[in-house]
Amino acid sequence: MTIAIGPDAPPAIPIADPHIVKLAILAVGGQGGGVLSDWIVQAAEESGYAVQTTSVPGVAQRTGATIYSIEMTPRSDRLPVLALMPSPGDVDIVIAAELMEAGRAVMRGLVTPDRTTLIASTHRMLAVSEKIVAGNGIADGDTVLATVEEAAKRFIGFDMDKIAAEAGTMISASLYGALAGSGALPFERAAFEAAIRKGGRGVEASLRAFETAFERARNADATANAADDAPQAVAGMAAPSGPAHLLERWRDLCERIAAYPHAMRDMATRGLAKVVDFQDLAYGAAYLERLDVVLAVDKATGADGREWALSVTAAKHVANAMAYDDVIRVADRKTRADRFTRIRREVEAPADALVQVTEFMHPRGEEVCSMLPAGLGRFVEARPRLLAGLDRMVNRGRRVRTDSLIWFTVLFTLAGLRRWRRRLLRHAKETAHIDEWLTQALHMAPQNYALAVEIVACRRLIKGYSDTHQRGLSKFDRVLATVPLLAPRDDGGDWLRRLREAALKDEDGSALDGAIETVRSFAETGDTLAARVKAD
Amino acid sequence: MAERSFAKEVEKLRLGDGETFHGEGILAITKALLQCGVGYVGGYQGAPISHLMDVLADAQDILAELGVRYEANASESAAAAMLAASVHYPIRGAVAFKSTVGTNVASDALANLASGGVTGGALVIVGEDYGEGSSIMQERSHAFAMKSQIWLLDPRPNLPSIVKAVEDGFELSEATNTPVMLEVRIRACHLYGAFETKANRRPPLTVREAVDAPRRQTDRIVLPPAAFAHEQEKIAKRWPAAQAFIKEHGLNEFFGPQAGKVGIILQGGMYNSVVRALQRLGLADINGDTEVPLYVLNVTYPLIDDEIAAFCAGKDAVLVVEEGQPNYIEQAIGAMLHAGGAPTRVIGKTALPMAGEYTGQVMLDGVGRFLRENGPGMLAPEHRAPNRPREPQPAPELAEIVPQRPPGFCTGCPERPIFAAMKLVEQEHGKHQIAADIGCHLFSILPPFEIGGTTMGYGLGPASNAAFHGGGGKRPISIIGDGGFWHNGLSSSIGNAVYNEADGVILIVDNYYSAATGGQDVLSSRAENRSKSTNHPIADAVRGVGVKWVRQIDRTYDVGKMRDTLAEALTTPEKGPKVIVASSECMLNRQRREKPLMAKAVKDGKRVVKPRFGVDEDVCTGDHACMRLSGCPSLSVKTLDDPLRDDPVAAIDQTCVGCGNCGEVADAAVLCPSFYRADVIRNPTRLERAMTRLRQRATRALAGWRQRRRLTFAGDAAA
Repeated sequence: MTIAIGPDAPPAIPIADPHIVKLAILAVGGQGGGVLSDWIVQAAEESGYAVQTTSVPGVAQRTGATIYSIEMTPRSDRLPVLALMPSPGDVDIVIAAELMEAGRAVMRGLVTPDRTTLIASTHRMLAVSEKIVAGNGIADGDTVLATVEEAAKRFIGFDMDKIAAEAGTMISASLYGALAGSGALPFERAAFEAAIRKGGRGVEASLRAFETAFERARNADATANAADDAPQAVAGMAAPSGPAHLLERWRDLCERIAAYPHAMRDMATRGLAKVVDFQDLAYGAAYLERLDVVLAVDKATGADGREWALSVTAAKHVANAMAYDDVIRVADRKTRADRFTRIRREVEAPADALVQVTEFMHPRGEEVCSMLPAGLGRFVEARPRLLAGLDRMVNRGRRVRTDSLIWFTVLFTLAGLRRWRRRLLRHAKETAHIDEWLTQALHMAPQNYALAVEIVACRRLIKGYSDTHQRGLSKFDRVLATVPLLAPRDDGGDWLRRLREAALKDEDGSALDGAIETVRSFAETGDTLAARVKAD
Repeated sequence: MAERSFAKEVEKLRLGDGETFHGEGILAITKALLQCGVGYVGGYQGAPISHLMDVLADAQDILAELGVRYEANASESAAAAMLAASVHYPIRGAVAFKSTVGTNVASDALANLASGGVTGGALVIVGEDYGEGSSIMQERSHAFAMKSQIWLLDPRPNLPSIVKAVEDGFELSEATNTPVMLEVRIRACHLYGAFETKANRRPPLTVREAVDAPRRQTDRIVLPPAAFAHEQEKIAKRWPAAQAFIKEHGLNEFFGPQAGKVGIILQGGMYNSVVRALQRLGLADINGDTEVPLYVLNVTYPLIDDEIAAFCAGKDAVLVVEEGQPNYIEQAIGAMLHAGGAPTRVIGKTALPMAGEYTGQVMLDGVGRFLRENGPGMLAPEHRAPNRPREPQPAPELAEIVPQRPPGFCTGCPERPIFAAMKLVEQEHGKHQIAADIGCHLFSILPPFEIGGTTMGYGLGPASNAAFHGGGGKRPISIIGDGGFWHNGLSSSIGNAVYNEADGVILIVDNYYSAATGGQDVLSSRAENRSKSTNHPIADAVRGVGVKWVRQIDRTYDVGKMRDTLAEALTTPEKGPKVIVASSECMLNRQRREKPLMAKAVKDGKRVVKPRFGVDEDVCTGDHACMRLSGCPSLSVKTLDDPLRDDPVAAIDQTCVGCGNCGEVADAAVLCPSFYRADVIRNPTRLERAMTRLRQRATRALAGWRQRRRLTFAGDAAA
């Protein structure tokens, strides 16, 4: 090197050629990025600009991340030399058709605070990697939003997908409207709209989305952005409706909750609603009795300084555990009065259309057996050949039309078994399981409060139906089997939480196995978590 | 029917003298071919050249008017072989395919063509699939040109230059009796721009006329002793002729001042990126007027020795901008200058990276570095010794959050249920040795399916499992698509599996099109194609080459049947290859075909049923088992507004096409009862309406009866 800088040191802030407008579009294959770039080209040509655009669609058109590059400059008698791809630090306008794509644009250095206007739809289109996680794999959108907002000179972001959907068109139209409304390009609104009209397809819907997004972007000031898209604060529970005598008993139960510490009241009310909805008011009372026991232990261990973590966690998970997913609940949910209205709304059925609904059921012998009275069910279960015979009779996929009278009635009748649910095998099993789990947690509380809270929270591992449910149970058992090892440790609760998170990561539980191995190894050597974390 | 229709755009091919064409690079190339009086065209689809094939298919009427023969070739090899028509006949021909994969396949024919030489201009248009967005191994076409002595054009990436390269290519080919390769990079193919057109020319001799007056010349045929003479002729005659032509017609270009201490020699295709770097360094203006001498190689093979010597004369150093590796051009120029005793330093891959795409940043860094080290006087102070560090990028936290978004199966893709079934088979029978092929089905390699271990080339999936076809405890499985099957798979993969008594399972994914390349028709396509013969079933072909165990599945969405058939293939005592043909139409194409028809039917008052899937969110427990067997873009998760629920639940958005995979998988894998299918019936019959009214009355009465006897919690908050 002849000069005193590092070999890879880049030149300083590049000179932005004021005559070339550089624009990049980051989209997901299938979002209509090509249409958007065509419109921009049209509008630019209309406005007296020489414009060049290119892309690398290729295989990325199939749902992958794609990028389009547009450059333009006022037309002259000579051909300008324009680049075929956007470069980091050298882009004036970035349009991102999804929040994470905006993040990707920033990661690629295409958005810089000295010059880039970032126009992004803040909605999420989840990547496969986010969806297949057994727990919650959704990427942290808030951090991305905050980061991209900071990275851009100017940020215009709102849910443009919603605007497009409401107008009955693709997001390309609302992105285009936001671009026009942002004023980042020196073109007349009419020039933008003319391009849509010239396209000729779905013009009215596209113009509607354009209009809405245009106004939003025009009135956007950086601080107000996206605020109104934020999920609204969770409202308190609305009171239920129903016959007066039931409502009276409901209020009695609610009064019991009113005596609980403030921290757990909301959760307990929701939990109560869930179990009452699942079964009846007596079951709700049983739920509160369980909470009373937990609360007593919580009080005895001086939990007020811990914001009643044990009670709040129990209020949530005991409700979920008591409202287990059995055949009766599914049948009940599928035959509720408001369901068909909801489905019509979800599938956007026009008013004059009929909607037929098919369910995909696949009962196995186990499910049928679990619906037998406890004694009879145990009798069958104890005889594998009998159970196998039962399985052969019922185990097949059943597609049933719940809009038909026959199948509606069948499910309706199944739902009616609710009255006898407490006597059925499944209920006996679930109740025993809940008692065992809760007892384990409550016994732990005096010795290791944090660990007790985490034991309660492990209930989250049990979910799904049939095999998935079995796998969940097995993970739950494996995680809780480490409790004796963790009990004497101050960081035991932390470790149990980690194990639970590992269990939610993948389906086959290899992450969990690894985590359990770690726990065993340090439990033997007496390492501390802090040392472990450091070593990691 | 291809995924993208150019029916409207092809009208631009009729533009006459002095008119202005606006459009994509690929269409401009087609227009240039017609302006050059091309006699026949062909090729094989594959990004970035697919659209060229689509344009040709949509332009058949225009081609016919001009007497131009259009052939949709079976493979790149077949396309290159078609150029044989230019060997003895003075007819211009052009074929197109993606490179390097297509050139690999074509190289047998290309080598034979180049050896004997051509009479009519022969142009091979290769779409260089290199760098971002590429779906293939990263190699260069340059080596093919060198090894067979085919001239290689790499024009500046703007429409006028590309169009001129087509014209130059034909003339160069004819002047030197050598086929010419025109390399267009992926972005240049999709480049939107403008150029001034000329009128189309009818070929002076059409192929129809030629076939009636056959010609042959024994010394043009690649057989000894002619083959030996060809090699000598390449060196003694064609090479010098090419150099003379290129020089005389100024195919390569010079920009900037003649004199200077430094200069840049660049591939034509790199021109815009180099100028952009110079613009950013303050050394070029918007029109490319620059203070740095540039020598632009619109022809990258052969190189013109004296042009290079003249350009380098008086210069301390030249930068060679050559994308990809090995650095053939840099080596050649270095050797040339060394042999000539020139003192000029040749700098290429020491300033620029040896491997990888020359992106804007790479180019800026490389050119900047070259100039700082060799010509700092040219640079403004802030570029000569930049003292401001690069802007801190807020990437670190984003890198951990922002998920990768690789391509995958489209919404409703019929291949998804095939791989869901394979996943179920895997759960039951354990993992198998699985070889993949080229095509959309290759997305099975990625999550959520993670099926398939290798991909060795188009149509070669089963062939690549040959070592395992002797059998073992578990049978190997291989996958091949309909595109690869007709490309060469029928012989290399299926026929030979029969011949070698392969004991493996071969799954043929038949989606009615060459889908990954954009939905072009193939022999087994079910559509009626007005100029091609379709509807030749794959199963017939497979039986025809001797496969005894063949199962045809006509609805891949039947996951249970798919799973059982696969399991049967893995366990049957039958000898020889077990072939499953899994057929369902590519959903992307099906939607494109059916949507307008459905919309019209609804408008006309006809009864139309449109299925859509949904999830009962209060039944879904948020375990996401269905996602792990799907990956469908329309099946996602959503976070409920309910503090009782930790995990987001499944949700299906309005892009659902009702393919049925969700329900089938939930059933076959015994997942859960959360999914429902809603058949939305437009313009129902009167009877239907009446029946529905009755049913609704009854079910509402029942539901209402129960509702009056219990507490109802508002909305689904209590769910």
